[in-house]
Amino acid sequence: MTLAVFFGCTFIAFGPAFGLFIFTIARDPLRIIILIAGAFFWLVSLLLSSLIWFIAVKASDPQDERLQKGLLIFGVMFSVLLQEAFRFLYYKLLRKAIEGLVALSEDGCSPISIQQMAYVAGVGFGLMSGAFSMINLLADALGPGTVGIHGDSQLYFLTSAFMTMVLIFLHTFWGILFFHGCEHRRWWEIAAVVIMHLTVSGLSFCNPLYVGSLVPSYLLMAAAAAWAYLLSGGSAQNLRRFLLCKCCSRKGVGDTLGLVGYQDCCWDGERLSQWLKQEHHPLVSQTRGAGDFLRPWSGCYLSLEK
Amino acid sequence: MITFMNNSDSEEEPCNERTSLMSAESPPVPSYQDGLQASAAGEAQAHRRRAGSNRGPNNIAGGEMSGSGIPVRESALENEEEELTLKYGAKHVIMLFVPVTLCMIVVVATIKSVRFYTEKNGQLIYTPFSEDTPSVGQRLLNSVLNTIVMISVIIVMTVFLVLLYKYRCYKFIHGWLILSSLMLLFLFTYIYLGEVLKTYNVAMDYPTLFIVIWNFGAVGMICIHWKGPLQLQQAYLIMISALMALVFIKYLPEWSAWVILGAISIYDLMAVLCPKGPLRMLVETAQERNEPIFPALIYSSAMMWTVGMAKPDTAARGPSQQTWDAAEDGREHLRSPSHAESQMSETRSPVPTHPITSLEELEEEERGVKLGLGDFIFYSVLVGKAAATASGDWNTTLACFVAILIGLCLTLLLLAVFKKALPALPISITFGLIFYFSTDNLVRPFMDTLASHQLYI
Repeated sequence: MTLAVFFGCTFIAFGPAFGLFIFTIARDPLRIIILIAGAFFWLVSLLLSSLIWFIAVKASDPQDERLQKGLLIFGVMFSVLLQEAFRFLYYKLLRKAIEGLVALSEDGCSPISIQQMAYVAGVGFGLMSGAFSMINLLADALGPGTVGIHGDSQLYFLTSAFMTMVLIFLHTFWGILFFHGCEHRRWWEIAAVVIMHLTVSGLSFCNPLYVGSLVPSYLLMAAAAAWAYLLSGGSAQNLRRFLLCKCCSRKGVGDTLGLVGYQDCCWDGERLSQWLKQEHHPLVSQTRGAGDFLRPWSGCYLSLEK
Repeated sequence: MITFMNNSDSEEEPCNERTSLMSAESPPVPSYQDGLQASAAGEAQAHRRRAGSNRGPNNIAGGEMSGSGIPVRESALENEEEELTLKYGAKHVIMLFVPVTLCMIVVVATIKSVRFYTEKNGQLIYTPFSEDTPSVGQRLLNSVLNTIVMISVIIVMTVFLVLLYKYRCYKFIHGWLILSSLMLLFLFTYIYLGEVLKTYNVAMDYPTLFIVIWNFGAVGMICIHWKGPLQLQQAYLIMISALMALVFIKYLPEWSAWVILGAISIYDLMAVLCPKGPLRMLVETAQERNEPIFPALIYSSAMMWTVGMAKPDTAARGPSQQTWDAAEDGREHLRSPSHAESQMSETRSPVPTHPITSLEELEEEERGVKLGLGDFIFYSVLVGKAAATASGDWNTTLACFVAILIGLCLTLLLLAVFKKALPALPISITFGLIFYFSTDNLVRPFMDTLASHQLYI
């Protein structure tokens, strides 16, 4: 176990999450606070579930292997359910916070929308979950030793890192799905999140048969990603426009908005969204603020005549 | 909230770090939308708003119902100011999260790598009872007695400091603080550097060491006690807090450390909130006299002038740019992003010729939140002890870290609500202690079992 393993596993497990943090969360203080509070809620759920498991183990016979295994399975499932329960509690708390922010703001719009909060909460849960799974392993990876010398799998560190990464992503998407389900009272979305979480945790019982646990988890992650993307207002068209953003004609961008008389200069998202609101542009009703919607096109220049 | 800390320095002088969280008594900032005509009305609003209470939704309702333009604008301005307070609240929380996190990172990194700070090498005279007793009851009793001694010493020193301040013995206080920071910046840094070099087996000759420590210490003294770039001052305050925390971690025995942490949060609560509490009297006296509390004791998240405030133009021109920059940073989220900032930086250049009054006004607005150095020290002691004694487990350290940050967040929320000096230790230390003991005893076996089977929850 060398520095290479340490750095490799760290970046595999936490690289995407830190990228998400730096590019989407780090700039806004409110989002950082929501992230840390999300991590705190996950921690409390873990604490309670460990308490239950600990009591159960202490009350049982330590020699009975099957019982201990059964208690472990029970512990894992109970922990998953408790995590989702705390996600719901966190949703309630954020809803109250949004009402407070709306009441305080000047135009009845809170500075952060529930969808953004859902995303940040998901990342908070994911980061804390990943950190708790991975940090001790990483610390051990720096020290001396041989992986799998007693006959266990030699890919332990690598697969742990990949599993951590997929779990962080999954928590992010589950956050979005869960909050969307709570917002629009679609209980089947919430149930789907719980079932997915139970499935992923249950699949990890297949370890060290990594094909059984990693591959389905990644497939589930892809499905959850697509679903969350669609729920957040994405579509295939949006994706194509975003990917082709650099080559799109400036005229084309203005045309989609129905703006006339634009010229090449730096556009101002805030003023644009206010102007769109004034003009009762249909875009505003769809999105929380046109500024967010237009951000992918920030490379393109357009402005209003007014 | 007031954060206050009595700087304690060496082992000869008793250490009392008392802290509470302080909010700046700054008037709410008028909004800067589309020209500055709101600024004058905004200041009138500020006084009215401070007199009144938070009316929340009523403001919006009142604004919509009134027909005339001015009440609408007034209530809108009030809402803006409240929103600004909240936005400043979130920003201030982050302005405190970053230094607290940095201090903890330095302490944890040192504890995990330098063996010196985890070796038992005697105790301070403030914890005279030894914990090397065979029975659990005796050990518990000794730790409680140690705590009583330590807290009494802290109380005595705090009361002494408050009396000195009340009777205007500024020279004595300044001398005491200068001695403390001298000790911290030179002696403790020398020991720290020596141990780090020993750990990594790096050779350094005495002349180089002398030059390095001399420069570090001299610049530190100037930055902390006189004037210096804000960030450098903040960095030095973080470093001396970390050094102090490391001393505590090394010399406080195990159980005594935890009991002392608990007792000190209770003491902090009482010292800041009780009407005759020493810290409350200190802060109130400082506010009466309209003086800032000594810069060596408090970490400030924004530009803070020393006791002599309004300096003449030439002297003020240097830092004025920084104040304006701080003000600009504070307001950047009010403006539209990107291109407006380039406009602002152009308009900033004629700023230094502005009259003094607007400069003072701007200083007041950007004072930010202050946190006492003792808060830093005790947060770092908690996290450092968790890192040192939690069976080599990083989960416990991480859990304590998150708990402390959440406690700080809640404390700042209470600050935004109550707008007066509040203790910063109780909530964070309580959360930290709960999470330390529960993570170490409950979560660790669970996570270890999961990791050994490679299960994921």
